[in-house]
Amino acid sequence: MEIILEPGRSEKNYWRDIWNYRELFQVLAWRDLSVRYKQTVIGVFWAVLRPFLTMVVFTVVFGKLAGMPSPGNIPYALLVFAGMLPWTFFATALGEASGSLIGNANLISKVYFPRLIIPAATVMVSFVDFLISFAIMVGMMVWYLYLPSWQIFLLPVFMLIAFLASLGPGLWITALNVKYRDFRYIIPFIVQFGLYVCPVGFSSQVVREKFGETAFMIYSLNPMVGVIDGFRWCILGGDFKIFWPGFFVSICIVVFFLWLGIHKFRKMERIFADII
Amino acid sequence: MQPVIKVENLGKSYLISHRSARTERYVALRDVIAQGVKDVVRKTQDAFRGRQVLQGDEVEEFWALRNVGFEVAQGEVVGIIGRNGAGKSTLLKVLSRITEPSEGRVTIRGRVASLLEVGTGFHPELTGRENIFLNGAILGMKRREIRAKFDEIVQFAEIEKFIDTPVKRYSSGMYVRLAFAVAAHLEPEILVVDEVLAVGDATFQRKCIGKMQEVSGQMGRTVLFVSHQMTSLQALCDKAIFLNAGKTSGIESVQSAVAKYLHGNDATEISEYLIPNPSTDSDAVLERISLADEYGRPNVRFQISKPWYIEIFWKNITGVPVNPNIQLKTNTGIVALVAIDTTLDWDGSKKKAVGRYKSKVCMPAHFLNANDYWLSVSLDCASPARAYDTAFDALRITLWDPMDESSIARGHFTKPREDAVTWPALEWKCTGPNGTIV
Repeated sequence: MEIILEPGRSEKNYWRDIWNYRELFQVLAWRDLSVRYKQTVIGVFWAVLRPFLTMVVFTVVFGKLAGMPSPGNIPYALLVFAGMLPWTFFATALGEASGSLIGNANLISKVYFPRLIIPAATVMVSFVDFLISFAIMVGMMVWYLYLPSWQIFLLPVFMLIAFLASLGPGLWITALNVKYRDFRYIIPFIVQFGLYVCPVGFSSQVVREKFGETAFMIYSLNPMVGVIDGFRWCILGGDFKIFWPGFFVSICIVVFFLWLGIHKFRKMERIFADII
Repeated sequence: MQPVIKVENLGKSYLISHRSARTERYVALRDVIAQGVKDVVRKTQDAFRGRQVLQGDEVEEFWALRNVGFEVAQGEVVGIIGRNGAGKSTLLKVLSRITEPSEGRVTIRGRVASLLEVGTGFHPELTGRENIFLNGAILGMKRREIRAKFDEIVQFAEIEKFIDTPVKRYSSGMYVRLAFAVAAHLEPEILVVDEVLAVGDATFQRKCIGKMQEVSGQMGRTVLFVSHQMTSLQALCDKAIFLNAGKTSGIESVQSAVAKYLHGNDATEISEYLIPNPSTDSDAVLERISLADEYGRPNVRFQISKPWYIEIFWKNITGVPVNPNIQLKTNTGIVALVAIDTTLDWDGSKKKAVGRYKSKVCMPAHFLNANDYWLSVSLDCASPARAYDTAFDALRITLWDPMDESSIARGHFTKPREDAVTWPALEWKCTGPNGTIV
């Protein structure tokens, strides 16, 4: 094995390097997971409690108080929770990833490995939370005796889309956060704001009916609109009508952000050790 | 045979801005915008007055390494010697791929593992067992390898009983032992070691040196070793690289590199040492070290018959307990003395005042022999044992013998004695044949 170090050389063999360091990725993800709920009283139960309580509040506020309609005969609680699955994943992934490099500054300044591994490993932690939430989803569907249709088998595809949708902006903000620490203050703002801008507590159909299809295409520039709609269509089945042109606009934005995130991250990666 | 490491014309530059280098290592967007507005205003003013518009005149390029070249063959143990800020750490960082070179080229044949600091990536909440796997993976070991060597690592670290205890409950000695044990069982083709031997007790240090000799001798691996301890460098290394202000004349015998380091004329006649880049992430940092004669005048040459003073200016950033201490080393690398301020409150549980401190220590007259000495200063904590900041061989001190009646320790001996480090004036009592006091 011969390594040549030259200015600008690290661009080559980058993806092969990431593959070579896959064990480190696993170990870091496992570390973040096992450390997460140490010295907590109810431990993993936090991952259940947070989304469940949010779902209850949203169902009461949007479904009961505001009287928002639910498409077909979907129980409002299911509608909310199916939207919250990708949203919570996105929000926690963004939050965890953005601070991950600074939290691992001692590693970055002392050992070489592809830096992409660190934020990617933290996103995996959010994925475990997602799986726990999904178990609640299944429980709720049993409770409401709601039968999903064939689309449920497409869930891994939509999960991947949600993963990529979180990774793109996550990487970008992570890289920026190393250089300008201001970005850690922006994340909670994005998360809080996004919860109402994205169709989490209500159905995107409401937006489409109120403002028309052109406006909905603009609304779909928010990539999470497509991701959330995709999830609802996939989990809740035929009663939820997805607006495909809007969905594809969102997917394009997801791909764009993914490219932007990786590009920016790799550009800054070379100087992380010098400025962290 | 092809060299294992080939470095050609290597250079590494950093951009240092005059404002931010002193305060914090990162910039806030707010400051960038404010500065941007200021810059625009200044540039517009310059343009109006017909002056040349300067881009970023606050920024300076600093070369930590320049034109460095050497080759290392397989199985060699090479020492890297240099004063603080000479570029040793930067060289290791480039070789272990943490940072990219700015110019030149490095060719490495084989896997590099660095021990830049023991215990990197240890997580306090995880148990010893879990940390072995975590740390091993960070240092580049495969899980299979770690599992195969697990028992050996635990045995080497002598922590069998505590393997399932979170490492936050470990004593500092156990922590260091475990960390070094993992690192010592790495099997890279090239091992990079930086100052790890400075920690741990004497028996453990011997064990570590043994392990390093085993790694290089029997396994034929290449080791790069950075240390300020000339004796261990001379004992371990065949060859060495002497770095001076980012430059080197290449690889040479360890004796000649040590000689260059200790006789280096770059530090003569300087009575004050300003710490180049005080780190901002430590709890306590050194700022300035200066020497003065009995009247407080700065000097580096003192008579052995007169007292002289070392002044250490340091800053306690977070209010930790700090015990400043000094070390004097002769030209040949022998440690002549170590001394620690014992008047300070050593109780580590109490928080100390944050701010600037000055420690002044008096070196008594009629104590050290005439010689050249190198002064190292460090800020440590006795309990829990920690090192906050160290300035190795910061100043060179020349003690000379005036050869007159003032040298009461020498008395009427007119010849200098070069074989002794100290020549103190002690209290003598002589009783004669009839019990008479002479």
